[in-house]
Amino acid sequence: MSKPRVVIVGGGLAGLSCTMKLCELGVDVDLISLVPVKRSHSVCAQGGINSCNDQTRQIGDTEWKHFDDTVYGGDFLNHQPPVKEMADWAPKVIDLMDRLGVTFNRTQEGFLDRRRFGGTLYKRTAFAGATTGQQLLYGLDEQVRRWESQGKVTKYEHWDFLGPILDENRVCRGAIAQNLRTMEIRSFPADVVVVGSGGPGLVYGRSTMSVMCTGSAASRCFQAGAKYGNGEFIQVHPTAIPGADKLRLMSESARGEGGRVWVPRKPQDSRDPKSIPEDERYYFLESRYPEYGNLVPRDIATREIFDICVNEGLSVEADRLCVYLDLTHIPKPELDRKLGGILDIYQKFQGVDPRDVPMKIFPAVHYSMGGLWTDYERTQAGGLRVASPRNHQTNIENLYAIGECDYHYHGANRLGANSLLSCIFTGLFVAPGIQQKLSGMTKLSSEYATVHKAAQDEHQNRHDSLLKRDGGNENPYLLHQELGQVMTRSATVVRRNDQLAEAYETICDLHERSKNCSLSDTGNWTNQNVVFTKGVMDMFPLAKTIVKGALQRDECRGAHYKPDFQFPPLQATTDQERHREAELWCDRFEENNKKWLKSTIAEFDGEHPQITYEDVDVSIEPPRPRLYGLVGAEVIEQVWNDRRAKRSADVAENQAAAT
Amino acid sequence: MIKDAYDQTISSFTVRIERQDGPGSPSYWETFDVTYESDMNVISVLQRIAAMSETATGEKTTPVAWSCGCLEEVCGSCTMVINGKVRQSCSALVDNLLDGTDQELVLQPMSKFPVVRDLVVDRQRIFRSLQRVEAWVPVDTYYDMGPGPKVSRAQQEINYPLSECMSCGCCMEACPQYTKVEVVRADGESDADYDKRVNEAYDTQFIGPQAISQAMLFNSHPTGAQIAEERLELLSGPGGVQVCGNAQNCVTVCPKEIPLTTSIARAGRAVTVHKFKKWFGKS
Ligand SMILES: Cc1cc2nc3c(=O)[nH]c(=O)nc-3n(C[C@H](O)[C@H](O)[C@H](O)COP(=O)(O)OP(=O)(O)OC[C@H]3O[C@@H](n4cnc5c(N)ncnc54)[C@H](O)[C@@H]3O)c2cc1C
Ligand code: SF4
Ligand code: SF4
Ligand code: FES
Repeated sequence: MSKPRVVIVGGGLAGLSCTMKLCELGVDVDLISLVPVKRSHSVCAQGGINSCNDQTRQIGDTEWKHFDDTVYGGDFLNHQPPVKEMADWAPKVIDLMDRLGVTFNRTQEGFLDRRRFGGTLYKRTAFAGATTGQQLLYGLDEQVRRWESQGKVTKYEHWDFLGPILDENRVCRGAIAQNLRTMEIRSFPADVVVVGSGGPGLVYGRSTMSVMCTGSAASRCFQAGAKYGNGEFIQVHPTAIPGADKLRLMSESARGEGGRVWVPRKPQDSRDPKSIPEDERYYFLESRYPEYGNLVPRDIATREIFDICVNEGLSVEADRLCVYLDLTHIPKPELDRKLGGILDIYQKFQGVDPRDVPMKIFPAVHYSMGGLWTDYERTQAGGLRVASPRNHQTNIENLYAIGECDYHYHGANRLGANSLLSCIFTGLFVAPGIQQKLSGMTKLSSEYATVHKAAQDEHQNRHDSLLKRDGGNENPYLLHQELGQVMTRSATVVRRNDQLAEAYETICDLHERSKNCSLSDTGNWTNQNVVFTKGVMDMFPLAKTIVKGALQRDECRGAHYKPDFQFPPLQATTDQERHREAELWCDRFEENNKKWLKSTIAEFDGEHPQITYEDVDVSIEPPRPRLYGLVGAEVIEQVWNDRRAKRSADVAENQAAAT
Repeated sequence: MIKDAYDQTISSFTVRIERQDGPGSPSYWETFDVTYESDMNVISVLQRIAAMSETATGEKTTPVAWSCGCLEEVCGSCTMVINGKVRQSCSALVDNLLDGTDQELVLQPMSKFPVVRDLVVDRQRIFRSLQRVEAWVPVDTYYDMGPGPKVSRAQQEINYPLSECMSCGCCMEACPQYTKVEVVRADGESDADYDKRVNEAYDTQFIGPQAISQAMLFNSHPTGAQIAEERLELLSGPGGVQVCGNAQNCVTVCPKEIPLTTSIARAGRAVTVHKFKKWFGKS
């Protein structure tokens, strides 16, 4: 019998960590990626990676608190067992990366240095200058190269994954991919296919993501029958530099190191920002959120910046919305040591030195909490069962999803520096489960030659007919621009049902039109035109899923903000009245959770996503109101805690009565 | 300011591109007119050209092929020769390129790597060189074994800049000792056979400044140093550090300002010591 093989699609942090761990376990891997894996989008990550650590532990931090911050920050939409497992593993993940030679910043004494990130009060974040993602990716890339030199991994770089190969029972038996140079379409027999293809930022036209983040690989699995979860939860990062081709991120670490966000109190004050006196500046995050200050969770910072510019008219510039992000009070050597990389980006692309002049920034689409639905097996203790083949398998047997393209860990809103962690963690963690899966197989993919051949022919025909098609007059580049505009207008910071409904129509229309794209290149050598066109066509199913999910979800949760469904703050002035209002608020909160504390699950019927809802596993920490900065928060919290105490007392009583 | 002058006077500008349809085919030039917008970089220029696919004289043409990824100068994808200078195209701002005497943009593929198509080149040799110098830390296992060795802040501050190398190829393009190697695929040759031949061809040639620098990076990591002598052995062989003529071109073009010549000098000294040790049978 031939040896089992695994195909991994994507060589970002998730794909590479999974590859190296499988190799260590003796499994051979074919690694498929659009770009040389060393150039994957993970290189862009700047700020860092979280774990509870020796320092934070001594001031009261635990893995549990990391877990709790993550689910609270995610507004309890995260299934809790995977998060718990991840938080427990976090210190080990960082230790491993440290052993692999990642050049993390050091303290004077030679320990790993840590910084604080949003949504927590602890300094959990390890970092390597302002290029943490690049350094982590290189650490993994080097290990995979080591296995490559031993023949355990075969890389297929510059290949586009076109979809999973399914047999007549809809079980995955391999992958189809196309060589971006020769345009050859080939089937890759595999017993397990793992997709680690990253986020879908390009669905929004411009975002903070790299150009290969089209979401095409996830979309192709979705179109083949894989479920997609929580699509509407798209994180808009508060601080990016607006640009013509890309919205370049200005990492949260700029605020973690003391950066302050402000606007002049006088609208469009044209004075040099440094000459504006303190009392004429409005540090709106610090004043509205005294506890977290500039480090409130991302969804909140984003909305506040949006609000200051759009509703309060305090944008720094009149024709381009932006606020100041100010680092000029921090000594330059410190800035260079901790933030050099991102400050250079600003200087390079804006031509201004942010060490001397406050930066101008505005929110941008950044991360998808949603992604391919995947399973897991939980233990009694609330974590994941190690080596369970169910961990991270999609609803298609033998097809797995890991990293940004799956829907776990981050719920309705991701905390900064948790994604690099979830990507590396999942990559490492799923490997033993996959090994188990392989060892239980009785019939290997090599016996499905006819299935492979049929899939290859089908994709070849589709490709040929796309090249031959003439008469169409739609331009794929312009369609992509239009899609980006609709998505950015309707499905980012503030969402309204009328706009979403209209956007859905527009997207359907664009989808139809995309079937009429004409190619300006019909050759069969390094044809970027046809690859781009396919990528654009595959954006529509995801765009529809995001917009339809957002339209149907009538509530506010994490990154999904619909002002029409927002709970009002407490208004009463007397204590008694306030208490009563708080009771009502909590009733409403519980009602809403009954209806909406559910994952959105989409299945694609060829034309539209069909949406159902799935319960969230909140068995470890019961959901509680997320109250950052709300008027009356203390009263609500008290009412809530009383209810919770009463409920556990009742439970205890019932148990006592039963025994 | 020149930029302001352009804002008012320029509505479009000319872009000349050296194109090539595939490996082995002749190169040719095409000229495009691109409408000026503020804040453009070379990538957005190429995006406009792809969307219109029409030359300056109004003839239909295929979109120009090029590589890019991060668009913020960390992935190393988008290297090309712009107005005669090798650099990343994502950080090449049109306003800066069009100032002074240059009235047009001239884009060419790198000359030290085989052209795949237009501005896309095959840089597999760069990754192969990382394999040659075993640019990795040879850990025992990926199981949890606690933290790595302690590293001083001073050492981290030496290593971090070296590990920012994004394998873009600028330094190799600029290096007079680094010459192009192009292996033509034989009819019907299998991938495996072809790759083997290509690697053999690469392995006899100059390894280049980035790989030397990476070897020094891993030699200064406590665990990476376990195979330091193997790396030095490779660097003392054919295509190793002695090929460097110390022209220092590499260090001036590196977009990440990596101290390549410092690394090369270190490698030179280490190789000498290594040879001595071998001489006296110590290694
Ligand atoms: C600017 C920026 C800064 C960030 N900073 C941080 C941070 O500080 N901390 C943090 O925790 N998170 C951060 N994030 C988020 C984090 O970087 C990403 O979520 C993470 O890197 C995703 O890794 P991945 O392995 O899932 O995918 P990626 O790194 O995106 O890799 C995807 C891989 O899939 C391949 N691929 C995609 N489609 C196909 C296809 N059709 N065929 C073949 N291959 C394909 C690609 O070639 C690539 O190899 C940041 C994100 C951005 C945009
Ligand atoms: S110093 Fe050496 S490696 Fe650098 S450009 Fe000169 S010859 Fe090439
Ligand atoms: S050393 Fe510099 S120029 Fe050379 S490949 Fe690395 S980043 Fe590019
Ligand atoms: S696109 Fe990544 S370096 Fe230019």
